[in-house]
Amino acid sequence: MADAPMPRTRAGLSAWWWRHQRALTPLILLAPGVLLFALFVLYPIAESIRLSLYDWDGVAPKVWVGLANFTELFGDPVFYTALANNLCWLAIFLLAPVFGLGLALFLNQNVRGIRAIRALFLMPFVISQVVIGLIFAWFLNADFGLLNDLLPRLGLSPVAPLDSGRWAIFAVILAGLWPQTAYCMVLYLTGLTGLRPELIDSARMDGAKGMNLLWHVVLPHLRPVTFIVAMVCVVSALRSFDLVMIMTAGGPYNSTMVLGYYMYEQTFLSLRYGYGAAIATVLFALMGTCVGFFLWQLLRREQA
Amino acid sequence: MRGVGGLAALGLALALLGPASARTLVINANTSDPAPRAAWTAAVAGFQRENPDIEVKFNVYDHESYKRSIRNWLTGGSPDVVFWFAGNRMRGFVERGLLADISPLFTPEVRAALHRPAIDLVTVAGRQYGAPYSYYQIGFYFRRDLLDRAGVAAFPRDWVELLEACRKLKIASIDAFAIGSKDLWPTAAWFDYLNLRINGHAFHMDLMRGAIRYTDERVRAVFARWRELLDAGCFTRNHASVSWQESQALLYQDRAAMMLIGNYIVANFPADIREKMDFAPFPVVKPGVGRYEDAPMNSLHIPAGARNKDDARRFLAYVLRADTQEAINRALLLLPVNLKAATADDRFLKKGQALLTQADALAQFFDRDTSEDLATIAMKGFQEFMIDPQRLDTVLATIERARRRVYKH
Repeated sequence: MADAPMPRTRAGLSAWWWRHQRALTPLILLAPGVLLFALFVLYPIAESIRLSLYDWDGVAPKVWVGLANFTELFGDPVFYTALANNLCWLAIFLLAPVFGLGLALFLNQNVRGIRAIRALFLMPFVISQVVIGLIFAWFLNADFGLLNDLLPRLGLSPVAPLDSGRWAIFAVILAGLWPQTAYCMVLYLTGLTGLRPELIDSARMDGAKGMNLLWHVVLPHLRPVTFIVAMVCVVSALRSFDLVMIMTAGGPYNSTMVLGYYMYEQTFLSLRYGYGAAIATVLFALMGTCVGFFLWQLLRREQA
Repeated sequence: MRGVGGLAALGLALALLGPASARTLVINANTSDPAPRAAWTAAVAGFQRENPDIEVKFNVYDHESYKRSIRNWLTGGSPDVVFWFAGNRMRGFVERGLLADISPLFTPEVRAALHRPAIDLVTVAGRQYGAPYSYYQIGFYFRRDLLDRAGVAAFPRDWVELLEACRKLKIASIDAFAIGSKDLWPTAAWFDYLNLRINGHAFHMDLMRGAIRYTDERVRAVFARWRELLDAGCFTRNHASVSWQESQALLYQDRAAMMLIGNYIVANFPADIREKMDFAPFPVVKPGVGRYEDAPMNSLHIPAGARNKDDARRFLAYVLRADTQEAINRALLLLPVNLKAATADDRFLKKGQALLTQADALAQFFDRDTSEDLATIAMKGFQEFMIDPQRLDTVLATIERARRRVYKH
C-alpha cells in the first residue's frame, strides 16, 4: 500500500466520474430494478418458453420435442374449451366497468353515513378470491346450498348450476364479477372525486342534465379511469384461476377449464412440465397481445 | 484484513458443511396432518433414544408440495430417507435409478413377519427398494340402520343383491351410494373395484401399466356394469360439485346409505353416527374371480444419492420392526404391514385386517397404479360417464388416446 499513487488515482477517478456522472447515474439507479426484473420476470419467461419445447416429467432427462407440445395443444379439445371459457369470461367481465360506474355514481353523494355504505360495497374486493369462491360454491351447492333452500319457497324448482357442463362456467364467472365490480367501483369513485364541481355546475348552467350530462361531461373526464378499468378487467379475466380451482377444479369434465388452471393441472397434477409450459406460453402471448395493445393506446394518447 | 475476511468466509463455509459430514440422518416426510406428524415424531424420538450417536433431522413437508419436491430431492441434493408410496409410484423412481437397493434388510426373519403382498409391492426385479409401514382397506362404509329401514337384511354379497339393495333404498327415498366427484378420484374407486371383480388383478395391473386398450371389450364390460347402477339411479345426484368430504354429509344426514371409500373416513364419523356405521368389502360381481382389494400402502425409501446410507438403512430396519409398526399404526389408525404387530383395537381396522390378509393380491388405487398424466384424464372421463353414460364412446376414445401418448404403444 504505497501512499504516492493514491491521490492521483482518486483524482483521476473523481474527474472521470465528474465527466460521466450524468450518463451513469440513471444506469446505476436503474440497475437494481432491472437486475431483479431480469432475474424474476424475464428469466422465468425465457425459461418457461424453453421448457415448452421439451417433454419432461420432472425426473427423467428432458427430451427435446421441438414444437410437438404446441401441435398437440392446438389439437387438444380441452385447450379450446379453456380458450373459449377465457374469452367468455372476458366478455362478461366487461360488464364490471358498467356496473362499477353505476355504483360509483350512486355512491358519489354527500349523505350521512355514505362512507360506511361505500365501505360495505367495497367489501367483496377486499375479501380473498378463495373465500369468495367458497361462499359462492356453498351458496350454489345443489344439496346443501342456500339457493336451493330459497328457490322452492319461491315456488321455483331447485337448480344445480355447478353440476352442469353447460352452466357451471357462468356460475364461476358470476362469482368473479362480484369483486370485479367492486374494484371498478373504487377506481371510478376515485375518478369522480377528481371531477371539479365547477365543471358540473357550468354544464348544468348550459342545460345539460341526466344522461346527457353523464355522456358528454362526466364520461369524457373519466376516460383515463375507464382505460385502466378496462385493462384491469381484461387481464384479470385472462388470468382467472383461483375461483375455478376452488369452485369446480375445472369440472364437471373440463367444462369450466380456463387456461390458467389447465396449465396448473397439466404441470402439477399430470406432471407434464413441457405441456404445461406450452399452455403458459400461449397464455403469455395472449396476455402480452392484450397488454401491448393497451400500452400502445396509452402511448398514442400521451403523445397526442 | 483480506486474509481475516477469507478465513471468516472459510469458517462459515465449514460451519455450514460441517454437521452434515459426520452422523446426521436427514429424513424428509410428507406427514403434515396432525395425527401422522405426531406418530412419526414419536417414532423418530424412539429411534433417537436407541441411537444417541446419530443426529436425526426430521423435516415435515405439506402433503401436496411434497409430491413435487421429492423429484428435486431425488435428482439433486438428497435427504437420506424419503416418505413415498409402494407399488408403481416407487417403481417409476427405481427404474430411473433414483432409489437405493435395500434388499439386505429383508432377512428371512423380516420376510416371515411381513405381509406377503407388501414385500411384492416394494420389489422390482427381485430386489427390494422400500420399507412398507402401513396400509388401509377401501370398501363400503355403510349405515346399518338405513339398510334395515329399507328392508335390506344383510349387506349385499353379489351384484344382484347390490342392485336389489339399491332398488329397496330408492323406494325408501334413500340414495344407495354417496359420492363426491369434484376431486375426481372417488370415481376411480368404483372403476378399480368393478375391474378387479370382473377382470381380475392381472388384467387390472396390465391395464394400469398401459398394456391394454381402454376400448377393449373387457374394459367395456366394466362400464356396462357401472351403467346398470347409474341407470337405476343408485348414486347421489349432483356429485360433480362436491368434494368427498362434503359428500360424507349425505351419509350422516340419512340421505345416502353407503360410500365406497378408504378407512380414513372413520376418523370423521360424528359421535352419534359412529355406532350405526359398518364396513363391508365390495361384493362379488363375477363368480370365480379371486379376492382382490385396493389397499394403498405407504413406505420409506433411501435415495440413490443419499449421503448417510448406513444410518438410513438402520432407520428403515427400525421402521420394519413389529414394535415400531404397532406404535405408528396405533397412532395413525392404519394397518401395520408387519403381521407380528398388533392392530389398534378398532372394529373397522379389524375387519380391514381380516379382509386384506386374506386377499389374493392388492392393488394400490387407480391414481397410484397408473401414470399421473393418464389418471387425471381417465378420472375426468369416469366423471363424465357418471354424469352422462351416453358419452361412453367419446370418453373411452379420449382415455385411449391418452394411453397411447403416455405409454407410446
